[in-house]
Amino acid sequence: MSMPFYVAPEQMMKDRADFARKGISRGRALVALQYLDGVAIVAENPSNTLRKVSEIYDRIAFAGVGKYNEFDQLRVAGVRAADLKGYQFSRDDVDARSLANQYAQIIGQIFTHEVKPLEVEILVAEVGRIDSGDQLFHILYDGTVIDEHRFSVLGGDADAIQGRLASLYQDGVDLRGAVRIGVEALSGSLTGLAVNDLEVATLNRNHQRRCFNRVSDDLVASFLA
Amino acid sequence: MFTFRMKDDPGANFGELLKRAGLSPFDGVRDATTLTVPHATTCVAVRCNGGVVMGGDRRATSGNLISHREMEKVVQADHFSGVAIAGAAGQAMEMVKLFQLQIEHYEKVEGMNLSLDGKANQLSMFVRNNLPAAMQGLMVVPIFAGYDESAGVGRLWDYDATGGRYEERDFVATGSGSLHAGAVLRVQWRRDLASIDAVKLVARALWEAADADSATGGPDVNRGIYPTVATITRDGFKPVPNAELAPIYEEIRDEARSR
Repeated sequence: MSMPFYVAPEQMMKDRADFARKGISRGRALVALQYLDGVAIVAENPSNTLRKVSEIYDRIAFAGVGKYNEFDQLRVAGVRAADLKGYQFSRDDVDARSLANQYAQIIGQIFTHEVKPLEVEILVAEVGRIDSGDQLFHILYDGTVIDEHRFSVLGGDADAIQGRLASLYQDGVDLRGAVRIGVEALSGSLTGLAVNDLEVATLNRNHQRRCFNRVSDDLVASFLA
Repeated sequence: MFTFRMKDDPGANFGELLKRAGLSPFDGVRDATTLTVPHATTCVAVRCNGGVVMGGDRRATSGNLISHREMEKVVQADHFSGVAIAGAAGQAMEMVKLFQLQIEHYEKVEGMNLSLDGKANQLSMFVRNNLPAAMQGLMVVPIFAGYDESAGVGRLWDYDATGGRYEERDFVATGSGSLHAGAVLRVQWRRDLASIDAVKLVARALWEAADADSATGGPDVNRGIYPTVATITRDGFKPVPNAELAPIYEEIRDEARSR
């Protein structure tokens, strides 16, 4: 009978983390930043139909990088959890923090117990009624939750993008400014990405109920001109 | 959070999701024929130039008592459609809430909107699921109307208790006052009505229903309560404010006085 090789837990975790990080860094990045009316999410995404950024609930958006099928499954689970909670209690009881914790549980569980960790990083963003109520929860491949302020960077090449974004970011910019900052942070210059390689969406606190909004390519082009 | 195996994944179906979560509202109804529950009454919808106009009175009754004076029976379903309900108020409100959620849930899970036909069909399933309750006396009979973006016209449907779905061409009325409201519509409806004239026609139909049916409420000037009327056009679902309904009802009253 063959004996399984002994692998130290430290080594196993490190191998899994390396595997997940490698998968994520192959994909394209996205940034989310607070702006005047809420939260803007700017993603590099050549597809016009397979979305990286989407609506979860009235004031909550989801964004994912890495393996599409994996984060899309998480997105649908989030929509379900939110709609069920809103149906069972009240629409006001659905919040990003609770969703982020549930995501962290699932992703963390898969990281330690399954054969392969998820090769994704996700963002759960909520827009508050005032700007101090905005929340950005960044969840890593191992279930780590980071509560971020002002801006958040997900995906490959995050360190370089984070550095650029930190120096470009200003409080209280309008949507045009936010998109320009986002694109410049992602690509290093305003012309570094074609408009149809961008996916831009906002959570706008001035909307009546459903705050999530996709920004059309035309509008993005006019912002970058 | 729920995750499902491939073969019992509910997809974009919110009703099925509720069943799996053990929250389905329409299961296990017992005999309710002896129960006195609030009932909602007359609702109408008419087609006009570039859309539809829906309207409903505000009264809910329990037997011979008025249980509510301000019920909203015409409800926005999504940006381009609305539902009007007649029947057992509790079941009807729950059905509308579920219907709104189903449309939004589908849109979020699938990333695109249901077609107008798809929504009408979905509502038909909700009405059919309510059949056991309808057999016990808790009937719900809605009207569904909306603006069809692909065809650029207004469309309307009425339903029966078994979930039967009938697309009507010009107008529809449902509820206890529907005979009277329907008669007004039948006599006065014209092709290519301007939306303001359709609003007036709806107001008139509800007036006549309230005049002859005790379960239908008329405009309550003392309390400032007017029927709910909404237009659905390419600009979306827009409720007609009381400030616009008040003069229309004044006109109808003056005309009725001068008869």
